[in-house]
Amino acid sequence: MNFLQVELRDKTFANGVQTVRDVQFEVQAGEFVALVGPSGTGKTTLLNMIAGLETDFQGQIQAPRNALSYMFQEPRLMPWLSVENNIRLVLDAPPLQADSERFVRMNNLLQQLGLNEFRAAFPKQLSGGLKRRVALVRAFVTQPQLLLMDEPFQSLDEPTAQDLRQLLMQLWQSTRPTVLFVTHSLNEALQLADRILFFSSRPAQVILDYPVPLARPHSAITSDLQSLQNQLLQHYPQLLSGSLAKE
Amino acid sequence: MKVLFQPRVLVLISFVLIWQVLAWWLQSRYLPTPSAVLLTLWEQILAGDLFTHLSATLGRVIASFSLAMLIGVGIGILMGSRAHWNEWLDTLVIIGLNIPALVTIILCYIWLGLGETAAILAVAINKIPMVVVTLREGARAIDKDLLQVAQVYRLSSLQRFWRVYWPQLYPYLFAAARNGLALIWKIVLVVELLGRSNGIGFQLGNYFHYFDIKGILAYTFAFVTLILMLEALFLRPLEKRLNRWRE
Repeated sequence: MNFLQVELRDKTFANGVQTVRDVQFEVQAGEFVALVGPSGTGKTTLLNMIAGLETDFQGQIQAPRNALSYMFQEPRLMPWLSVENNIRLVLDAPPLQADSERFVRMNNLLQQLGLNEFRAAFPKQLSGGLKRRVALVRAFVTQPQLLLMDEPFQSLDEPTAQDLRQLLMQLWQSTRPTVLFVTHSLNEALQLADRILFFSSRPAQVILDYPVPLARPHSAITSDLQSLQNQLLQHYPQLLSGSLAKE
Repeated sequence: MKVLFQPRVLVLISFVLIWQVLAWWLQSRYLPTPSAVLLTLWEQILAGDLFTHLSATLGRVIASFSLAMLIGVGIGILMGSRAHWNEWLDTLVIIGLNIPALVTIILCYIWLGLGETAAILAVAINKIPMVVVTLREGARAIDKDLLQVAQVYRLSSLQRFWRVYWPQLYPYLFAAARNGLALIWKIVLVVELLGRSNGIGFQLGNYFHYFDIKGILAYTFAFVTLILMLEALFLRPLEKRLNRWRE
């Protein structure tokens, strides 16, 4: 019995555009899987289907929907709630006691991600990187079994994005949720994932299921990452445009 | 002293000065001096009449305002978020917007009798369509991305409404409340003139019979001041508090 099982036959939008066709894959508990493919291939749609936000499709998905977190492309914090209340929002049922285990968990995460001094701040007062940190806390504070991430560090400058990747790795190592991480950066995927699923352009299909042959932490030796990336691209020059063709 | 030189205050002072000079010059019983109006106001305060009528009117304003907001907000949200409700109710709203206030008032008095219920209902009915139209816009502008966050993190329906949905309506609620207050107290006076035996409207009617301009202006002045205070001491601070996150 696999932890996450996706068997999609077809997803066609109302305007007739087919985004997904015959996509099948399985993910084991605790695995970190990156989904890589050209933009606009329906990877976001795929995550939405797994999350249960998109229900109009043909096929089957088995996912632990009641223990799931989702980090979107934009942080999507409630602008009228302070940082702390944004976190409490996803923790608050039943109402949070000051000594409860959930409250301690929230405090630890805020501390760990350097957000303590921003607890009372509103999202509008935070930089893009800090907002992502809050979204990261929100995603981990519920202790999800499955974490969906949709290019969460895309619009950040590289040093900030690198910081966040390292934080993500720390958090992931400590609680080990299963992660599906959508990105179009091969480097990011190699650095984070145990396994990479490469997608074709629309309609999306899995063209390559690639286990990353590196010992963790992947980012320890950047030259390894670089040579692996070169190797892959030498073998499949059009991999990132969604094709295994040689020319 | 600096306060005196602000444009708002300067306009007010010049207005009163011109009025005073004009009244002296014309020496007509149809244009009393500001000081004579203030004197009448003082007499009415001392006699206790002003308080009786002012509180009667204020009670009606508050009652019909609350009723109109409650019903208007409910219907507006329903119409803005559910297309078929909008189709059913849209014509009624347009009719409601266009019926003259006087017609609603007369019909309510005839059908329900010359009582308090008819008076308050007549005012509320006049205001409800405008609240509906404003809140319908608000409900249409709701950010679906944030509702997805609520869904993914499995918020209860109460939380989803009060923490995610409702705050997005604040600007529309305040717009409706502002316009509402300004319109409602004017209609309340008409209702009182036509069918109540107390309140500012009733009192203005009496003064009209004797062509007592002093009395009319004194009561108008008292009530406008009250409404401005309601706006400055209640509505504006509340709005400021709820809009902190925008700064």
